[in-house]
Amino acid sequence: MNILVCVKRVPATGGTIVLTADSQDIDTRFLGFTISPHEECAVEEAVRIVEAQGGSATVLTLGPDVASEQLRDAMAIGIDNAVLLQTDGSDWDAYATAGAITDAIRTLETEAGAFDLILFGNEAADTGDFQVGIRVATALGRPVVSGIKGITAAGGQVEARREAAGGGWEVFDLAMPAVLGVKEGLNLPRYPSVPGRLRARKKEIRTIVPTRRAGGPAKDRLRLPEGTESQVEVIGQGPGAAPAIVELFQKLGVLGR
Amino acid sequence: MSILVLVEHAEGRPDRLSLEALTVAGSLREPVEAVVIGRWSTELAGGLSGRGIGVVHVVDDPRLAAFAPAARAAAVVQLAAARSASTILAAGSDRGNEVMAHVGAKLDLPMAANVTEVLGGDPLRLVRQRWAGSLLEEATLDAPTKLLTIAPHAVAAADPAPGAAPAVETFSPDLTENDLRVAVARRLEPDRSGVSLADARVVVGGGRGVGSSEAFAELEELAGLLGAAVGVSRVVTSQGWRPHSMQIGQTGMRIAPDLYIACGISGAIQHIVGARAAKRILAINTDAEAPIMSVADYAVIGDLHQVVPAISAEVRRVTGR
Ligand SMILES: Cc1cc2nc3c(=O)[nH]c(=O)nc-3n(C[C@H](O)[C@H](O)[C@H](O)COP(=O)(O)OP(=O)(O)OC[C@H]3O[C@@H](n4cnc5c(N)ncnc54)[C@H](O)[C@@H]3O)c2cc1C
Ligand SMILES: Nc1ncnc2c1ncn2[C@@H]1O[C@H](COP(=O)(O)O)[C@@H](O)[C@H]1O
Repeated sequence: MNILVCVKRVPATGGTIVLTADSQDIDTRFLGFTISPHEECAVEEAVRIVEAQGGSATVLTLGPDVASEQLRDAMAIGIDNAVLLQTDGSDWDAYATAGAITDAIRTLETEAGAFDLILFGNEAADTGDFQVGIRVATALGRPVVSGIKGITAAGGQVEARREAAGGGWEVFDLAMPAVLGVKEGLNLPRYPSVPGRLRARKKEIRTIVPTRRAGGPAKDRLRLPEGTESQVEVIGQGPGAAPAIVELFQKLGVLGR
Repeated sequence: MSILVLVEHAEGRPDRLSLEALTVAGSLREPVEAVVIGRWSTELAGGLSGRGIGVVHVVDDPRLAAFAPAARAAAVVQLAAARSASTILAAGSDRGNEVMAHVGAKLDLPMAANVTEVLGGDPLRLVRQRWAGSLLEEATLDAPTKLLTIAPHAVAAADPAPGAAPAVETFSPDLTENDLRVAVARRLEPDRSGVSLADARVVVGGGRGVGSSEAFAELEELAGLLGAAVGVSRVVTSQGWRPHSMQIGQTGMRIAPDLYIACGISGAIQHIVGARAAKRILAINTDAEAPIMSVADYAVIGDLHQVVPAISAEVRRVTGR
């Protein structure tokens, strides 16, 4: 099977978000970068399917040159090929991103045949638009479903499972070629090995310069939500605090009876 | 011109998040119409009365009985065209976001997900969530039809006003094979038991500070005594100490307990965003400077391996459990 996985480079924010002075971006001067846990699971799933069934797995990102770091991370755990849709680092909204990814898939498939499966994260970690995968699938005329936490692909069909609102699972059957939006919990991603990292460093990355479609929403500025900070009351130090904690439980009415 | 709201429902009752979306729609000074997919009932009519809806369009098509995202979107797109809707709104639920993304793809128009505030104007100014709500984006949407989902709990659902039930009309969409090819084919029963994390009144959370799979026994003992559920941070699931179904946060569960006891959890924004609806947070951490202290209400500074068993022992002593 041939599989494509789309990932997005995002800052690894920790305890607080700090914005740039013009409120246009997160201040990333002191931050590392990563991809969404949903996308990590997509990468792992692609590697597992190819390990089990043969074929090849490709990772694709739209972003600046430095986003090749995220492509190499994916190659370090076993992805075969990488494609960078190179930008100048400015924002691309979900509408423009989906258009560029669709164009790139058409190019890649003309050269080397269709991807049986295209995996997206359910939503990007930063912008959380919940739509790029669905737009790409619609443009390509392929079946798509979101929120997937279980995949069985065999014989031209993929069974995709997701958690139902009231508990239990909803199961979908899609004929391949198909597109899935996946969520963390799909699998437990492996850590890259040192030889894997070394191999990934030497691999080639295919670069394509995408065309940007206008028409998406425009970001005016970012701001932090208000009123999330609290005043913490330190009840005590170490196990000696236990009686005071149980008194607190009583006061809050969580001790039952 | 009108605003069309996609109303999700179960067992004859409108979904709370859809009522929130109707509340936002009601603030926009245009006639509000609703679309309901599935069986219409007097109960549902009752649940939608006094919500400012002029007309409810009922799409009761047997082909839509199983959830089919693209087919639902096709019905919404056709109805919006028939009613010349200026705006289509849905809840920012999993299904709401999915169906509205299909609507956006079919119309080739932008869609703003998880909007917290609609400021108005044309082009439309709005505020939406990034990073699952840890960050807000002010944005402008310029499109002939505005497509939005409303972030869960961004507004409280307005109480119903006394008044007549909305007029009801039926709508029959044209659905293609392509729209219907992805639908729920089967359901599998839940494989979980015990106190559900989503509904628990008390949640005992464990992070990297717990240190091992085995050491979770300390947290489980306290949870058992309090009738609480156990939740975890992403480090715990990545280590394989506990399954992902127990993860709280941006890519896990949202919890809303009366009390969240966070043990050995640093308080990364992606974790805290899943516990924002907790009424109170008690942090147990060796580090008095951990970020969790800026969102916690109470704290014990100390080693959780000593503090948690001591609390359990004290609960036993006081309650005789
Ligand atoms: C896009 C994205 C999505 C994410 N989604 C999630 C998510 O859904 N949920 C989630 O949890 N994380 C998520 N993360 C990861 C998140 O950023 C943090 O890495 C993670 O929450 C940290 O887990 P932790 O607090 O257990 O570990 P750490 O940050 O390592 O903190 C451990 C804490 O334990 C304390 N400690 C250590 N030993 C003891 C002891 N003996 N007694 C008491 N305290 C002790 C330390 O002082 C420290 O504060 C996401 C990250 C990204 C980038
Ligand atoms: N810049 C990008 N490059 C590659 N894939 C992307 C990009 N942006 C979004 N995606 C993919 O689309 C998914 C959904 O993104 P979104 O619709 O923006 O929430 C992500 O999880 C990625 O798999």
